[in-house]
Amino acid sequence: MKIAITAQGSTLEAALDPRFGRCEQFIIVDLETGDHEAFPNDGAMAPGGAGTQAALLIADKDAAAVITGHVGPNAARSLQAAGIKVYSMASGTVGEAVAAFKQGELPEISGSTVRSHFGLRGQRGRLGNENRNRNS
Amino acid sequence: MILTVASGKGGTGKTTLAVNMALLLAETMPVALLDCDVEEPNAHLFLHPAIDACEPVTLPTPVVDEERCCGCGKCAAVCAFNAILVLGGRALTFPELCHGCGGCALLCPEGAVTEEPRGIGVIEAGWAEKVRFLHGRVDIGAPLAAPVAAAVRKRAQERQGLIIVDAPPGTSCPVVAAVKDSDYCLLVTEPTPFGLHDLQLAVGMARELQVPCGVVVNRVGLGDQQVAAYCASEGIPILLEIPFDRRYAECYARGGQLVREFPELRDKLRKLWLRIRMEVEGDGPGAAGH
Repeated sequence: MKIAITAQGSTLEAALDPRFGRCEQFIIVDLETGDHEAFPNDGAMAPGGAGTQAALLIADKDAAAVITGHVGPNAARSLQAAGIKVYSMASGTVGEAVAAFKQGELPEISGSTVRSHFGLRGQRGRLGNENRNRNS
Repeated sequence: MILTVASGKGGTGKTTLAVNMALLLAETMPVALLDCDVEEPNAHLFLHPAIDACEPVTLPTPVVDEERCCGCGKCAAVCAFNAILVLGGRALTFPELCHGCGGCALLCPEGAVTEEPRGIGVIEAGWAEKVRFLHGRVDIGAPLAAPVAAAVRKRAQERQGLIIVDAPPGTSCPVVAAVKDSDYCLLVTEPTPFGLHDLQLAVGMARELQVPCGVVVNRVGLGDQQVAAYCASEGIPILLEIPFDRRYAECYARGGQLVREFPELRDKLRKLWLRIRMEVEGDGPGAAGH
């Protein structure tokens, strides 16, 4: 079984990234062999649809589950359609997340935990009337 | 003639200029005012139109017939906005991400994708004295200002005479929708570093769209000379300067009409209109500005 972990770096020592669709890297860990591989999240800065593309990416890597912090509504729908289970972990390293998952310590979440564009952290959205930068 | 009033920077006086030109020129010719700032329309606050028509703006949004879907993924591959996704042989749609291009329905080899209209905003129309008034409002939660702005802008084709388009601020998609195919674009700015910075972006946009442009400098008396220097170096005509005057701001703040209260502005705006006509019809320096 393979699982995906959203991470801020590409190693098992990297910190978890609490954002799903806009995480920096996905680390895919094969629980049988212990192998892991990192994939940068090209959709992290997409104006919209980052969550759906992230779900597609980890589905392509045959991940059966993902460990992350927050999942938006579109990502939740996509993950559900792909049959990928979502487990929640707030902080720690990728290695710690894998260990906690193996111990069955992580709660499974269903549905979204945050609204759309949560992972943008104010990088987009209204900058105020004087400096609107609106994209279609 | 379609005359669009735009600006890079917000709050420079686009709506004030558009509304007062419309009121003044409607005394002698047919004039329509189209407020394309569909996220924050405000021209109605000064014109007080009696609204007589309201119609929805819709966007074609894909619906997938799961029986016919073969899961080939062509629909998802063409979508620039990730509004359709094929996972496990099934197409999933995300209507709020869809911009309505229709590529998915066009490319589906099984004819499984059809399009259904989805409401994203409204257009309201009415009369404000002699000015025909139209504006758009994008629905709350439908972040699709550009198609609503384009729908309002399209209504310019139905009308004769002068059509004044009040564009949103900035240089992004809804602004492009408002400025595109205009006969002339007035760029309203203020003589400050902020005004200059955003004016440069707006000039770049107008040139890209091949719409001749001229500048109106508002609040003259504050700031510096950089805007004038820039316009001179780029060969962009400054068609009007409006002095920084507290009385104008007070009039604006209570929703007043400047051309009803300040005769000197009537003269300035009339001259502005003559200059614009010369620029458009006489192939003036602004027309060569791109």
